[in-house]
Amino acid sequence: MESKRKLYIIEIVGVLLGLLWLSPFYLMLVNAFKTKKEIFSGVLDLPEAFTTANFVEAYIDLDFTASLFNSVLITVVSVGIIIFCSSMAGYALARNKSKLSGALLLLFVSAMLIPFQSVMIPLVSLFGQVEMLNRAGLIFMYLGFGCSLSIFLYHGAMTGISKSLDEAAIIDGANKFQTFIHIIFPLLKPISVTVGILNVIWIWNDYLLPSLILGEDNATIPLKMFYFFGQYTKQWHLALAGLTIAIIPVIVGYFFAQKQIIKGVSEGAVK
Amino acid sequence: MRNRDLSFWLFLTPVLLGLILVVIVPLIYGTIFSFTDWNGLSATTFVGFEHYLNLLHDEEFIDAIVFTILFSGVSIILLNFLGLSLAILVTRQIKTNNMLRTIFFMPNLIGGLILGFIWQFIFISVFGDIGEALQIEAMQGWLSTTSTGFWGLVILTCWQMAGYIMIIYIAYLQNIPSELIEAAKIDGANSWQRFRNITFPLVAPAFTVSMFLTLSTSFKIYDQNLSLTNGGPFESTQMVAMEIVKTAFSANEMAYGQAKAVVFFIIVSIIALTQVYYNKKREVDM
Repeated sequence: MESKRKLYIIEIVGVLLGLLWLSPFYLMLVNAFKTKKEIFSGVLDLPEAFTTANFVEAYIDLDFTASLFNSVLITVVSVGIIIFCSSMAGYALARNKSKLSGALLLLFVSAMLIPFQSVMIPLVSLFGQVEMLNRAGLIFMYLGFGCSLSIFLYHGAMTGISKSLDEAAIIDGANKFQTFIHIIFPLLKPISVTVGILNVIWIWNDYLLPSLILGEDNATIPLKMFYFFGQYTKQWHLALAGLTIAIIPVIVGYFFAQKQIIKGVSEGAVK
Repeated sequence: MRNRDLSFWLFLTPVLLGLILVVIVPLIYGTIFSFTDWNGLSATTFVGFEHYLNLLHDEEFIDAIVFTILFSGVSIILLNFLGLSLAILVTRQIKTNNMLRTIFFMPNLIGGLILGFIWQFIFISVFGDIGEALQIEAMQGWLSTTSTGFWGLVILTCWQMAGYIMIIYIAYLQNIPSELIEAAKIDGANSWQRFRNITFPLVAPAFTVSMFLTLSTSFKIYDQNLSLTNGGPFESTQMVAMEIVKTAFSANEMAYGQAKAVVFFIIVSIIALTQVYYNKKREVDM
């Protein structure tokens, strides 16, 4: 056991570091409540009167309701498809111990090495030729990029699920698909949470792929933020209010699910 | 479930289609077209290694590679140092440890694009103001020179990713048996000796994981680069990923951009594989 005094010092260091870590958010928030003139006269001062006009203007210019809807739609559908398809694939690969399934697993895992920039030019060209540069095409691309890590995680989790469960279900007259849906998939729930969290984080925040696929009409939050910021480069009060609005959904989500998020990320990272 | 079973293939069809159509076909298609005069739609002539040979004299591309390697090297060292330090801090029995974990991890959830914009404000306005107040000239005009742009990107990346690396180290720190530490204490080892001889060797696998992650992430950084410096001043803080996007979509040189992308893929693969190989070897020795 460490001495009380030593722990006290560690605690103070920790709190100071925590405040330092939060300071960028504090500076963003405080200045988002100021007028243009106030920011110019001193960024560290508190606002004279907390003005909410910046937020109203930024909200309208960001078309936030529409971009939030697009972000939610694309993220939820993509992650749902990734969870469903990858868990099925992980199950099939784990239950089939053959050279072929070993090779397929290796193929999926090695695809993680391929940087997005190496395939983006032909990807955009190919999908453009079949008129798939839209939300559906984007969601399909997320399946292609997201399935590797997800299959890998599901495959690992399957080792903890006894094969006798499959056999019992088959004897009871279930087919393979029913066995998977009713018996296996519910047992995979903890890893599904991990897979879901990891995929939500990158898909929600992805900028480059939507910027190549979607126009401004169907823009997600990061994409809209990019256009918005370009428009208000020299008007920090509006730009900062816009950034604050864009961050709010993430902070709210983190507030409700912080335990699962940190646990999910650590499981994904360690495996 | 055997290979011959129809259900085996049915279960795999969606992901195989995804992987093949989104990753494998574009990779092969792109590699082939990097040897032609492809403009994104059609190619008329085969040019052989012309694009690849041109790359050798493309200063902008070479500068981007050098910048990316330097940035990655510095980031890996700082991130692992910071991540391990934070992990050691929050695994102590302090009252705020859970809250601190939540705070340190928070930037990871917000996209790199948005974080870059926030830090653009901090470097330009906040640093500028503080520099003026304290009469420190070096704090003014951040992001307007190559070296401050470089350090700006490093600071942003460290702030964003340290919490992630911390999480990895925490997982390994918690697996160290407390009897081992107690025994060392009884034997009279001081806290530095305990760290050097017990903690550090036992978290070596975490170093493998986090080094792989920091290396591959920092090599592929695009969003932060775009929103923080946009490659400026004069393309001096431009990383490889951004250089490729610009060549392809701003300059509209698809085949040449793809040649760069192929080289990028090869570099990333070599680095990642070598690094995993060496770290695995080192782990066994310990």
